[in-house]
Amino acid sequence: MSGPSRIGAGLWTRPDEPVEFRFDGQALRGLRGDTLASALLANGVQLVGRSFKYHRPRGIVTAGPEEPCALVDVLGPDGREPNRPATTLPLREGLITESQNRWPSLHFDVGSLGNLVARFLPAGFYYKTFMAPGWAWERLYEPAIRRAAGLGRLGLTATDHPSPAETVHDHADVLIVGAGAAGLAAAHGLGRTGARVMLLEQDAAPGGGTLLDRRWQAWQQGLSAALAGLHNVRCLPRSCVVGAYGHGVYAALETLSPEESIAFGGIRERLRIIRARRLLLTTGAIERLIAFPGNDVPGVMLAGAALAYLRRYGVAAGGHPAFFLNSDEAYQTVFEFAAAGIACAGVIDVRPESRAADHARSLGIRVQCGAMVERVEGARSVRRLRIASLAGGATALEADALLMSGGYSPASALASQLGAKHLWQESIAAFAPLLDPHIGRVAGAARGRCGLKVAALDGAAAAESIAAELGFAAGAVSPAWELPADAEQTPLTPLWEVRGRGKAFVDLQNDVTTADVRLAHREGYEHVEHMKRYTTHGMATDQGRIGGLVGSAVLAQARGLPVSEVGLAKIRPYVQPLPFAALAGPETGQHFKPRRRLPLHDWHEAAGASFVSIGLWLRPLVYARETGWDAVLREARAVRRSVGITDVSSLGKIDVQGPDAARFLDYIYANNFATLPVGRARYGIMLREDGMMLDDGTTSRLGAEHFLITTTTANSSVVLEHMEFQLQAVCPHHDVLLSDVSDQWAQFAIAGPRSREVVASVASGLDLSNAAFPFMAASAALLAGVAGRVFRISFSGELAFELAVPAAHALRLWTALLAAGQAFGIAPYGLDALNTLRIEKGHLTGAELNGNTTADDLGMERMLKSKGDFVGRMLAQRPGLRSPERLQLVGVRPIDRSQRLRNGAQLIVPEAPSRSLGYITSSTPSVELEGWVGLALLAGGRERMGKHLIATSPIHGETTTVAILSPHMIDPENSRVRA
Amino acid sequence: MLRIECPWCGLRDETEFHYRGDASLRRPDSDARLAEFCTQTYLRENRRGWHLEWWLHVGGCRRLLKIVRHTDTHEIHAVGHPQDPLTVPMEAPAP
Amino acid sequence: MRRQRTGDRLIHTNAQRAASGRYSAARLILEGLTGHRGWSRAWHKASPRQRYRVVIVGGGGQGLATAYYLATEFGIRDVAVIDKGPIGLGNVGRNTTIIRSNYFRPENVGFYDYSLQLWEGLERRLNFNAMVSQRGTLNLFHTESQRDLFTRRANGMRLLSVDALALERDAVKALVPLVDLDNGRYPVLGGFLQPRGGTVRHDAVAWGYARAASAAGVDIIEECEVTAIRREGNAVRGVQTPRGPIEADVVCLAVAGHSSQLAGMAGFRLPIETHVLQAFVSEPVKPVLDVVLTYGAGHFYVSQSDKGGLVFGGGIDGYNSYGQRGTLPMAEDVAAAGLTLMPALARLRVLRQWGGVMDMSMDGSPIISRTPLSGLIINCGWCYGGFKAIPAGGMATAHLIARGEAHPLAAHLDLERFAAGRTIDERGLGPFPYAH
Repeated sequence: MSGPSRIGAGLWTRPDEPVEFRFDGQALRGLRGDTLASALLANGVQLVGRSFKYHRPRGIVTAGPEEPCALVDVLGPDGREPNRPATTLPLREGLITESQNRWPSLHFDVGSLGNLVARFLPAGFYYKTFMAPGWAWERLYEPAIRRAAGLGRLGLTATDHPSPAETVHDHADVLIVGAGAAGLAAAHGLGRTGARVMLLEQDAAPGGGTLLDRRWQAWQQGLSAALAGLHNVRCLPRSCVVGAYGHGVYAALETLSPEESIAFGGIRERLRIIRARRLLLTTGAIERLIAFPGNDVPGVMLAGAALAYLRRYGVAAGGHPAFFLNSDEAYQTVFEFAAAGIACAGVIDVRPESRAADHARSLGIRVQCGAMVERVEGARSVRRLRIASLAGGATALEADALLMSGGYSPASALASQLGAKHLWQESIAAFAPLLDPHIGRVAGAARGRCGLKVAALDGAAAAESIAAELGFAAGAVSPAWELPADAEQTPLTPLWEVRGRGKAFVDLQNDVTTADVRLAHREGYEHVEHMKRYTTHGMATDQGRIGGLVGSAVLAQARGLPVSEVGLAKIRPYVQPLPFAALAGPETGQHFKPRRRLPLHDWHEAAGASFVSIGLWLRPLVYARETGWDAVLREARAVRRSVGITDVSSLGKIDVQGPDAARFLDYIYANNFATLPVGRARYGIMLREDGMMLDDGTTSRLGAEHFLITTTTANSSVVLEHMEFQLQAVCPHHDVLLSDVSDQWAQFAIAGPRSREVVASVASGLDLSNAAFPFMAASAALLAGVAGRVFRISFSGELAFELAVPAAHALRLWTALLAAGQAFGIAPYGLDALNTLRIEKGHLTGAELNGNTTADDLGMERMLKSKGDFVGRMLAQRPGLRSPERLQLVGVRPIDRSQRLRNGAQLIVPEAPSRSLGYITSSTPSVELEGWVGLALLAGGRERMGKHLIATSPIHGETTTVAILSPHMIDPENSRVRA
Repeated sequence: MLRIECPWCGLRDETEFHYRGDASLRRPDSDARLAEFCTQTYLRENRRGWHLEWWLHVGGCRRLLKIVRHTDTHEIHAVGHPQDPLTVPMEAPAP
Repeated sequence: MRRQRTGDRLIHTNAQRAASGRYSAARLILEGLTGHRGWSRAWHKASPRQRYRVVIVGGGGQGLATAYYLATEFGIRDVAVIDKGPIGLGNVGRNTTIIRSNYFRPENVGFYDYSLQLWEGLERRLNFNAMVSQRGTLNLFHTESQRDLFTRRANGMRLLSVDALALERDAVKALVPLVDLDNGRYPVLGGFLQPRGGTVRHDAVAWGYARAASAAGVDIIEECEVTAIRREGNAVRGVQTPRGPIEADVVCLAVAGHSSQLAGMAGFRLPIETHVLQAFVSEPVKPVLDVVLTYGAGHFYVSQSDKGGLVFGGGIDGYNSYGQRGTLPMAEDVAAAGLTLMPALARLRVLRQWGGVMDMSMDGSPIISRTPLSGLIINCGWCYGGFKAIPAGGMATAHLIARGEAHPLAAHLDLERFAAGRTIDERGLGPFPYAH
């Protein structure tokens, strides 16, 4: 009994290029071109992991991404990477890998003691227990379950240079998925018509089944070379189409080879988003397991996988293998092993007779027909088989590997994503997909057409059909290379399970047995989706590729229904798991969202500003690096006493022009705008259709048919969209043009008693006296020699002007203003100071305009139009929006001036301490009054003026008695702004 | 992922657009009763099938599109200007 | 089958209906020794009778819970739950399993915390381990205005004696070592924790309620689609199915995602649009995350299931859809947000992605209400918050059916609130379902 080993050359391995690697600390050697799995087998390693639930020894079962058992942790420069299938992991120099889910070691795993109590842990056992005592679930049972769960370990810290990923967009006429016989033939056929073709192959190189049959080598090589010569055909290996999204959009995960990765700056994967007019699925078929006792022992492998190891890597899965088959197709492995000189222990074929069995016998191989393997003996590796004859009687057979094949199921995951119907095909005992012709076609083994020649012709025919549909001249589709004939085959006999003593697995990763499926049925979880969820069959990383249909068949047998009626559980994206990094693309970390910088960002930064993100914008918060109120209050005080300047360029600005501009704004705003004189600004109340305040801002009339709207920074895109929708959908008869000019204009506010003097110094040709330029005036003006605009509006509550110039001239104006204001001690102030000033004045921001407040709530009811329609007019009249108990805007001050206020504190009365009457929305230490001041929304607030309430913040353990007062706490007559 | 044929900009990904709801509703006349406004603002047929709807091309021409789309298969039957008289096709059997 | 009439209640004593027996460790051991042949159906798969007092359309979490509470709290057992497919495969089987009660509005805090209290005793009441795991839900914030909003929310909860805590940055990092506080576009400033929040195994909820309801006498009828609602004038008479008509005094609709279709059968429209919410699960890994975590600067929330996979999700795709599958841009968005928050996830593989169709209501809050049709009750509009509300939603709906008036904790969820101007808009986004 020798076990697996390397016996010769393979198609993909280079015998002159050895590669050193480690597995579980053991230093081993493989060849360039190996996968970890083939290299382990070459070194005679069969035990590679432990199963999820029972911690049973597990080996390598497949040769591809459908691998359920051989998952390893990879320790690399990116930290620990869990759950990598050894079957698709390319071997590279210095690769360090570890087996998973075992402690302390793979060979001695304490978890395997669970097998002693396995009978008490069937599928779903946890639903029936762990309920008592009540405290135990969270303190005892669940932590234990969570510690036992999971396979690999994730490294907790990202390295300094996490590998980036790239997202690439592709366009094609036809996307062909799978470069086997059908795919290659189709690509060639379509390529020659001039269509743009993308041919994606998940494996390291194209060929598929043609690589496993030496007769096809010439065809495959010739065709691949021909494709390479067609510039309109792109072949991408290592690329798996993982998702289909409709409208011809597909997502593919391209894994870069180590060399490519280095060439592309360390990128490991690309997410390719492909837009194609048609899809051709030539994904082939995936081999199925058979469920018999011991089918999980290391050394039990799929026959097709063993063939792949032999042909591609020159590795024999065993020195003395046995075969358990039900189709002629699977005999390919037998013949290839025989040709390689391996002494086969024997073939067990469930069918009473077959052509392939006859041929095998003619080669001197022992074949038992009409027989089944009813048990595998051996714990860490296959030792012996128990074979039962259908006619009765049992025999034993010694072997060091068992290569099984239960048939082939079309790989139709992508078709399922597209909602394709699946039809049962008796000939293959599997479901084959039916794709909507508008989406594309399926060809070859992917639709149950077995045989390489059949597949190639099917692929070519599909190509012709697609070409015709898309209007490409179909070239002669005669293949230039000889297609080897498919052997005549005896049909497959469906074989799903063999009953016997011991666990027979349908899902090798989640440890789901045939008994579990029957238990699910017994308990009423008999719909295939219920069975799946109850047993977790098909929910592992391999998504039940090799055993899904087998589980359905066992369920069907229990229900007394044909498999075709039971069906498969729904297959969900993704066809293969993809790393977070690949799906996320490059816009992560610092690049997660863009940074919008003010025109003067660099100036602010040089001036020592701390920045805050308001949405995407970076705005100066305060011109100091230290935290705390001192600098903020200093800036605010300077404004109240003399003059300050702040950058408000991020405000939304919308230019409205046209003969119907005034009419349109009258409809958009709840207050009057048609009556606004040219050269004046007005505070605008904009409602949503449901009567709630959407935004406020100042709108200026620059001409008879020309208005400029400003919005809050946060709401600028919402307001613009709202206006565009209303204009184009509701008021299409209005002759109006809207333009977003937010980025075009830099805008500064100069505020304080000396602001007029400062502005006058830079504004030429404009009389800024109170008579000529009263509060709310607006005008074009030459500012520091630049054509701009002046608005006399005030957010701070002081005499103030806002100056706007085209953004390119921002620095010029800013510098001029600073120079002009030097004599008055002008200094820039940031958002925090602005906030302090506006709170004292009772002006509102998003904290008060929170989407649930009406104009009346905020004390603006009088400003609403009494005549004329406007957005929100009717719904604002709903009784719930007029109730006196609504939260209304008020001001608050602590009775004890030494106490602070807290945003988010709840307002209560002592008699009803659990009933919230409202909450504090904004607060600040006052620069004008003693102590803190704040704004709040309070139930029936206007009726409670002068009353005392409690502001409580249990989160902070704070309680303060506050007085309710008018929100306009300084200069309520507005004498300063009107000075 | 939807790809929408904007009449001005051509075939673009859905990420360039914002959905703005059912386009079969008309804002009531200004003299209509409150109940009608409530109905138009809040109640929807929410059809599973062919749906007339608004999309705004925020990442492009910023025009409002009227689209007929199937809310189950996502097939787009027609795209037009806001005032185009688009009709919804006869209901095909639900997939 | 024998029947006993007791007042207006019909009790079946049917050998077939014999309960699946008690679940316990002792029974598990006993069955283990005898090959598990003694287990029987978790719920009886009933055939429809001609008449019931109450017919509940929809065999999801809300429908099954309503039936269960009708039978066990209000003594009404002449109840049928009808689903067009097998029970529990709608949103109850597709959600991200989160339970919490950290809402803004006091009415919502009251309602969702009532639900949380019901979750806390549920397993023993149902004798089915739904794995209610209150490991805590943590909301991160990244700006001062977000902090203020969370402060308000948490204070509101604390006023009502519901648990809420503020955590500074260091405490966040200690609780979730995976989080990168500083290197994302929006650094983490802190978080708000509800210790009693957590997760529940969603399939077990549907199966547990079904089993208990069935044992209490409720008929659970699967694979039976309601094709019409039968009415006489303005009163409901029952439903029409492919297996014949079923008469009922009360019909209750609990079909989230398809509420408008059923309402359409009854001749009225709802303030609802149907949207898809995607969810994802990663490959299973050893424990790395204890709490349920919500990112404050992007569409991303995540928890780790007892099987080891990270279950996560983001926002709705943004347009009406019954597709039950997700679109690629949102998947990329969610992954980008997750990776920004937890760079260590880079090499973790996303395994599966699916979607549920949800009733997105016009104010983001659910509806448990009478309807324009007398005798027709509706339970809908859950947006993406229906799972956590299953116990309270079921209890409140059962209350409305049984008592004819709203449960005091759910009175605010009536259908009239839209016309009356009493909308419950937690986020202040307005009548735009695609925005909520």
